[in-house]
Amino acid sequence: MREIWMNVLARCTARPGSRVGVCALVTGALATGGRAVANTSNGYNLPVGVSELSVEIHDLHMKVFWICVAIAVVVFGAMIYSLVKFRHSQGAVPDTKMLHSTKVEIIWTVIPVIILVFMAVPAAETIIKIEDTTNSELSIRVTGYQWKWQFQYMDAADGVNYFSTLSQDSNFARQLHSGIDPKTVPNYLLSVDKPMVIPSGVKVRLLLTSQDVIHAFWVPDFGMKRDAIPGFINEMWIKVAPGKEGVYRGQCAELCGRDHGAMPLVVDVRTPDEFKKWVEEQKAAVKQAARTATDPPRTAQVLN
Amino acid sequence: MAQTHVHAPDTAHDDHHDQPDSGIKRWLLATNHKDIGTMYLVFSLIMFFIGGAMAMIIRAELFQPGLQLVDPLFFNQLTTNHALVMIFGAVMPAFVGLANWMIPLQIGAPDMALPRMNNFSFWLLPFAFTLLLSTFFVPGGAAAGGWTLYPPLSVQGGDSFPMVIFAIHLMGASSIMGAINVIVTIMNMRAPGMTLLKMPMFCWSWLITAYLLIAVMPVLAGAVTMLLTDHFFKTSFFNAGGGGDPVMFQHIFWFFGHPEVYIMILPAFGIVSEILPTFSRKPLFGTDSMIYAIASIAFLSFIVWAHHMFTVGMPLAAQMFFMLSTMLIAVPTGVKVFNWTATMWRGSLSFEPPMLFAISFLFLFTIGGFSGVMLAIVPADFQYQDTYFVVAHFHYVLVPGAVFAIMGAVYYWLPKWTGHMYSMTLAKTHFWLSTIFVNVLFFPQHFLGLAGMPRRIPDYAVQFADWNAVSSIGAFGFGLSQILFAIVIIQCVRGGQKATAEVWGGATPTGLEWTLPSPAPYHSFTVQPQVP
Repeated sequence: MREIWMNVLARCTARPGSRVGVCALVTGALATGGRAVANTSNGYNLPVGVSELSVEIHDLHMKVFWICVAIAVVVFGAMIYSLVKFRHSQGAVPDTKMLHSTKVEIIWTVIPVIILVFMAVPAAETIIKIEDTTNSELSIRVTGYQWKWQFQYMDAADGVNYFSTLSQDSNFARQLHSGIDPKTVPNYLLSVDKPMVIPSGVKVRLLLTSQDVIHAFWVPDFGMKRDAIPGFINEMWIKVAPGKEGVYRGQCAELCGRDHGAMPLVVDVRTPDEFKKWVEEQKAAVKQAARTATDPPRTAQVLN
Repeated sequence: MAQTHVHAPDTAHDDHHDQPDSGIKRWLLATNHKDIGTMYLVFSLIMFFIGGAMAMIIRAELFQPGLQLVDPLFFNQLTTNHALVMIFGAVMPAFVGLANWMIPLQIGAPDMALPRMNNFSFWLLPFAFTLLLSTFFVPGGAAAGGWTLYPPLSVQGGDSFPMVIFAIHLMGASSIMGAINVIVTIMNMRAPGMTLLKMPMFCWSWLITAYLLIAVMPVLAGAVTMLLTDHFFKTSFFNAGGGGDPVMFQHIFWFFGHPEVYIMILPAFGIVSEILPTFSRKPLFGTDSMIYAIASIAFLSFIVWAHHMFTVGMPLAAQMFFMLSTMLIAVPTGVKVFNWTATMWRGSLSFEPPMLFAISFLFLFTIGGFSGVMLAIVPADFQYQDTYFVVAHFHYVLVPGAVFAIMGAVYYWLPKWTGHMYSMTLAKTHFWLSTIFVNVLFFPQHFLGLAGMPRRIPDYAVQFADWNAVSSIGAFGFGLSQILFAIVIIQCVRGGQKATAEVWGGATPTGLEWTLPSPAPYHSFTVQPQVP
């Protein structure tokens, strides 16, 4: 408890106002310095992201946002004008004859409809694109568990299959009264023992499902979120632009029980060549493990 | 039943009703709409503080990254029960309480049509919420799967699981009875000359809300009963292992859930439509289109449910349909906001506490409307879904929306109920603190959501620390400010400057309630007034 109040004091005294936004910007900029890109959001808006869809979704978001701002300026402007201009204390006389006007009412019904059409058309185009999961070059089956992810590669990477859980240092720090300051832990709650690896420039299809409760796959920089539902397979696709290789972080986005907040998703995007090399290493490791183990681990052949 | 011991049979019952019974009987055996309305409102205020206390713990835990106060499971219990208590315990009973008090007064009736059922529908609630809140003390703790009770997670619940479902059944039964009472009263007991289109906007909004309640509360009851049989009787409605579909629950739930959203906001629309004309000294602009707008919103509320679940993976055509139908809601809602603005336009505005809350509603509800339009855009929703952006959106429409309208209504009619004026200074202080802190509390949550913070997490990555701290400070400020609300009410009940029949004589309150003395007589209208 004492710690919390110290923190209140610290926050209240340290340059109020300017601190918050600037701080987010600075940390954002620092994080993008190296290869590892934690999250391209500036701290208060959607990230533009690095995939074909994320860029389009960001543009759509900004477009709708600015339309809303424009409407807000007009509507709030009229309200504020009324509040300032028509005050009883300033001797305003009410116009009690102003009961209704069919003309204005038609106008302010039709104009919103037109504006909505302007938003709906590009949105519909993007949905069609999002739902087209055909022609993918790599498929990965992603399975949610309480509270970890499993990645089972198919196609050229067939046989690569592993789990991904919260990294040890985050796990220690997140315990109640751990005494570890989360700020000292790199990528607190957003780092895993073994990230998902995908190639850039390639359409990657994810087949999402779950073994227990509903989870959701979400890496903001890829623009998409989709539920992993037990007994069903959901599809989504990612195509990271070449040159945008790096590590991208997200987390489970559907409440899945006690440790829902400790179920990160880390995706390591590599060039196709590096990816190929990684796949070979993984396959070799699997073979090695099969040779040494008496009971060889089963690789995923569930689908197909 | 018990009623017959206290009162003589119907033929001679008028003289017994002139005065309230004394002591506890007055409340336990209440059949008077004002007494029942008061109980509903007091109950709602208590629940508002209980649900608020849960929110305070949630925001205290989220004040900084790392876990400092509670276990993640208990955190989930808090978010789940905060929602259930606020929706079913605070907002809905507050509106039913206002309906009980105001509908008979506004339509010139002596009481509600079905007084004994009225008593029953109230007294179910304390039992329902005792049951719900007692789950915090059973093995496994309270429900922790979110108020939406999505399976399979909700089915993992411990002993609390059947208790929560039974509590929801009780709340649903209470709501349905309350709704039947509103409809029967409005349809049968309006004063001569009061045609439906002459009826006050608050009654209109409640009439439509009552139909929504009757339509969807049984759907919720069905959904939770299926959860119950899945858990205890080996059915597989939502169990994929047995051939069921967990997503079907979401469809059924939101078929209830979306109209439920409007159940919590339509009466608020009615209240604002009463307050704004009074303090603008000018009749409501476009009364008929206001009624049509409410009716259209109510109709649309039945065909937009799947926008709560775009990420479950729906067919393309379904996504298009639910996106377009959702966007369409912006049209009648826009008409309402424009008409309210036009009501103030060329008016003569004064800023008493009810008006302040109505104006704040107008601005802040509209902000919630804008984020609502953004959320309707399916591709963008794939980013927003289940983030703090959604939390910000629905709190903007529920807190400065529904809750501010309720507070406005209390400040508007409290002198009519008690016969006393309240402290304007305290009430205005309450208003300003609430309006400032509600924005400090919820506005940064838009940023958090867009920057990538999921909802329903007890701990977060450090890049979210700053806005969470701001939001928590807003929460503590908002929570503490509400103590002022309770103080104003208690002071006003105890005494104060006498209120006139018109109460807001300086403004232009219209409606039959202002023709009665303040406080309104126990048996509202003994002779039905004639409405020209």
